[in-house]
Amino acid sequence: MIKLVDRIDLNEAYQALQHPEAGGISIFVGSVRNHAHGKGVHRLDFEGYEPMALKEMEAIAERAQDRWPIKQLVMVHALGQMAIGDPVVVVGTATAHRDAAFESCKFLIDELKKTVPIWKKEYFDDQTVWVNAHP
Amino acid sequence: MKIKLFGIAREIVGSAELILPLDPPPKNVKDFKRWLCESYPEFSELRSLAIAVDHEYADDDVILPPNAEIALIPPVSGG
Repeated sequence: MIKLVDRIDLNEAYQALQHPEAGGISIFVGSVRNHAHGKGVHRLDFEGYEPMALKEMEAIAERAQDRWPIKQLVMVHALGQMAIGDPVVVVGTATAHRDAAFESCKFLIDELKKTVPIWKKEYFDDQTVWVNAHP
Repeated sequence: MKIKLFGIAREIVGSAELILPLDPPPKNVKDFKRWLCESYPEFSELRSLAIAVDHEYADDDVILPPNAEIALIPPVSGG
């Protein structure tokens, strides 16, 4: 299951990872943190270049499936306005044994953060910042 | 040629779309990036600036096809 949504449904992601041959399911959930650079964050906005983001997510999933014997795979990212504590991304894999589940799940989120065209804007008391934009 | 803009790139230009006023248009990605940084110096201050042609990252030597969908990809920050 690979998609972009308004709201993350963790139960749906978990259900999509069910497989009779899977002995391990690994799930990573990224959520909105209430601080960055020592300052309070009120909310976040996520913007995506949707067709390209989906294409990149599919390509990452394919690379993961080439490396690990994955039975089920989930990559879901939320777009739009998010509040503190909201889940914004969920990635997960189901495999026969736990090592492959942990490793492939980490690969999915690490690669997603590198190449998928999604942008996060942080709202502080006194300013807004596009995360990671400047060195 | 219309260019799609996202995130900080949209804010730098002040619009979700940029129409390239150049005639002839830039011959490749590298030329196009040079023109962007000259026209909007704030692009030079970004950590990175990538160009996507038809939803794929394009290297500097890629020629910009006139009917392709072209987008500016400022540093990503999903997850």
